[in-house]
Amino acid sequence: MTDTTQPNTTPSALARLWNSDLAWNFRRSWTARISSLLILILFAAALFAPLLATQNPYDISQLFLLDSELPPAWIEGGDPRYLLGTDEQARDLYSSILYGLRLSLIVGFASVALAAVVGISLGLIGGFLGGMVDGAIMRVADILLSFPAILVALLVNGIARGVLPPERHADAAIWVLILAIGLTNWVQYARTVRGSTMVERQKEYVQAARINGVSGMGIMMHHILPNVLGPVLVIATINLGMAVLTEASLSFLGVGMPATQPSLGTLIRIGNEYLFSGIWWVVIFPSVVLVALVLAVNLLGDWLRDALNPKLR
Amino acid sequence: MLGFLIRRIIQSVFVMLAVALIAFMMFRFMGDPVNSMVAETATTEERDAVRERLGLDQPLYVQYGRFVARAATGDFGLSWRNARPVSTLLAERFPATAELVLVAAGLSLVLGIPLGILTALRPHSVSTQALQLMSLVGISLPTFVTGILLILIFSVWLGWLPSFGRGTVVDVGWWSTGFLTLSGLKALILPSVMLCLFQLTLIMRLVRSEMMEVLRTDYIKFAKARGLTNRSIHFHHALKNTLIPVITIFGLQLGGLIAFAIITETVFQWPGMGALFIQAVSFGDVPVMAAYLVLVSLIFVIINTTVDLLYAVLDPRLRVEGARAAH
Amino acid sequence: MTLLTVENLTVAFPGRHGTVNAIEDVSLSISPGEILGMVGESGAGKSMTGAAIIGLIEPPGRIAAGEIRLEGQRIDTLRPDEMRRIRGRRIGAIFQDPLTSLNPVLTVGEQLIETIQTHLKLPKDEARARAIDWLRRVGIPAPEARIDTYPHQYSGGMRQRVVIALALCAEPCLVIADEPTTALDVSVQAQIIALLRKLARETGVAVILVTHDMGVIAETADRVAVMYAGRIVEVGSVTEVLTAPRHPYTRGLMASIPRIGARPDVLPQIEGAMPRPHARPAGCAFAPRCPARIDICSQTRPDLTGHATRSVACHLSKEVPA
Repeated sequence: MTDTTQPNTTPSALARLWNSDLAWNFRRSWTARISSLLILILFAAALFAPLLATQNPYDISQLFLLDSELPPAWIEGGDPRYLLGTDEQARDLYSSILYGLRLSLIVGFASVALAAVVGISLGLIGGFLGGMVDGAIMRVADILLSFPAILVALLVNGIARGVLPPERHADAAIWVLILAIGLTNWVQYARTVRGSTMVERQKEYVQAARINGVSGMGIMMHHILPNVLGPVLVIATINLGMAVLTEASLSFLGVGMPATQPSLGTLIRIGNEYLFSGIWWVVIFPSVVLVALVLAVNLLGDWLRDALNPKLR
Repeated sequence: MLGFLIRRIIQSVFVMLAVALIAFMMFRFMGDPVNSMVAETATTEERDAVRERLGLDQPLYVQYGRFVARAATGDFGLSWRNARPVSTLLAERFPATAELVLVAAGLSLVLGIPLGILTALRPHSVSTQALQLMSLVGISLPTFVTGILLILIFSVWLGWLPSFGRGTVVDVGWWSTGFLTLSGLKALILPSVMLCLFQLTLIMRLVRSEMMEVLRTDYIKFAKARGLTNRSIHFHHALKNTLIPVITIFGLQLGGLIAFAIITETVFQWPGMGALFIQAVSFGDVPVMAAYLVLVSLIFVIINTTVDLLYAVLDPRLRVEGARAAH
Repeated sequence: MTLLTVENLTVAFPGRHGTVNAIEDVSLSISPGEILGMVGESGAGKSMTGAAIIGLIEPPGRIAAGEIRLEGQRIDTLRPDEMRRIRGRRIGAIFQDPLTSLNPVLTVGEQLIETIQTHLKLPKDEARARAIDWLRRVGIPAPEARIDTYPHQYSGGMRQRVVIALALCAEPCLVIADEPTTALDVSVQAQIIALLRKLARETGVAVILVTHDMGVIAETADRVAVMYAGRIVEVGSVTEVLTAPRHPYTRGLMASIPRIGARPDVLPQIEGAMPRPHARPAGCAFAPRCPARIDICSQTRPDLTGHATRSVACHLSKEVPA
């Protein structure tokens, strides 16, 4: 009999991913699929905002004040050019939402990245060095955890405002926000990585490396990082939801993105001021988009956590 | 037990000192207080005189020491925004926040615990699934959106409840309360509902997961094997074990309520400490920010220590130092 | 007159890959005051049988076939609240781990008094007096003082004594003791077994003693049932089964017990392993491992044949002397 099987090739990384437990779990879970779809749509909308928007709402020359406070297009008095209506400065709400979504996502991602970098570094340092350094880091982390995130974010924000001269506030707002939110959320990353580091540090290959005069750090990272990738991913996803919420809250409170560069939270704040005059669309539509975003991210994070949890497999 | 208490108190003092340090640094390095206290045309001599009067020429640690001493008596100087003593401002606004937080905390417990028990005892019923879904949405909704929705429905469209302010308040000594008037009570409803929602979903989920875990234990199995009634098993044997961690976590979350009150007070224009803090952040009013920080930290530290003590009181395993083993 | 009869009991667990029978066609009986041992390895079905008798099978498991009769009355078909009244009052249970069997936030006294009052309807002070008495009977020193202490203040052996008191305080006629000594130190095991035996004789309660330890059976039980792969393979008096086992599995078990004085180079063991519930072979479940198997063994399952005091489920042992 002739052997007609194919030559033995190792499947590509993509094929391995497709066949992995994670992918199978994903295909089975409708919450995972729906939330990922929603997130993709929102990301795409934010990414292509300049292409999808009908106007640039920050460009004053594009605004016609006569068109201000128009209701959504399908309601009497609306204008099909402004699909979701306009605000009191005649900015098209649909375009504002797209740009605002973009800002919210930028701040969200950047602050998560900052928190991850800070947290992972501190975790590695603390776990590797141990002793007083580790003790100090963990003590700070404990104190930080006992304070609600929004309070710390507000504090950092306030300090930044105090330090910067007032005319720079608006420009620096986005950086201040990223810094404030990033600095409050690093603790979970630090703890996870620290735990892994301390486990690896005991292992023989690290001791062997140290005897050889090689710093164990590089080799350790090679072993630690794959282990912590899963949990870090889960933390990052859940953190993204929290970061977006925190940014929205700060903007809503008036200490986040300014009205000249509004994020979704800022839009909601602006809309809130006009709630009683019956202009409900400026509040409702950005809120719907914000809630959809956070809900989708939370659902995905929940699913990811359960899927990657070794105890539930 | 006493040793434990003393250790915790010492820890708390350290935390407070650290917080005071941050507050002090804020004062010292943000803005120049001298500039805001003298006229633009002041000479250097006059500035130096002011500097000396304010003690700004002393070494840092002396200034820090003085700061701590003054802070301990509640003196944080004058607000940069309206030149009133910070302690007075905080004292005026404290009752508003306190009442709001207390009502919200109470609501979250009174509703959250029974709902959590319900979802634990009937895990597959329709009401449980509905509640689970609502709790997931509840965690994802930004609190201010909930507040705005509440205002939209109950104030703008239905017109039942007020959307801003505290209503009529009555002064009882130093405290001003909204509990004693109908308008005060009505004004409390929407903000406290908004504030309690996040806490409520948290408690519900916590009670549910704790109780389900307790119901799987061997001692519950043994209680069933002894033929004890369902009522006793659920509400006597299981509940006590469930509530111990719940109460402690609730205590730790109280801090979150105080923080979220900031948003609630902004949405409902509630004249509390949180609203004051936001105005201070917006303006860069350092004395108010620093004082709020120190006050809130103090509250957190007190709550945390109380919770730890409470845990030791509630769980008999922690009460006796070491089990007295006898054969 | 038997106290409890179990006839052709089958407990099924519906699963993702079809229904699995944890125990199949189990029949046994126990007389008042008798101590019946149930021996077998982990997973053989001993605990499951006990759980079925007391009505504590966890859903989705359920009794798929058979009958259980207590003093002539069927109990496997009772409503939940009726079964609840039987538990504790007529059938008691003792579980393996004394550490986790007691509620940590209630005092020993509270747990005892509640059990007594639930079933015997006594006023509080009388229930308390009885509770103290029970503590004394199970060998807890200074019971008046210890009744208001918490479980974590007791050692393992003492806790198991409390568990025994709890199982007996409502005065049942049958107690199912599921591996009562497995989690205890060896030195304490003997004490607890002796206590159990003494109390059983004193109160006249029948005991189903579930264990994997043949030594415990030898010391304590009157009769023994050997379980393998969800079925009973041999039943008889302890003396008979232990000295003259008829089923190859029982023979293998007895042979693998090391004897004092003998010094084998290799400890004899039964080759292979007991099949899991979903992978039981056709025919006799022990056949693949049986040194004495013949063709019919892998084709037809042997029924438990014999008479009330001695039966075996083996094709090679059909004739049983009376």
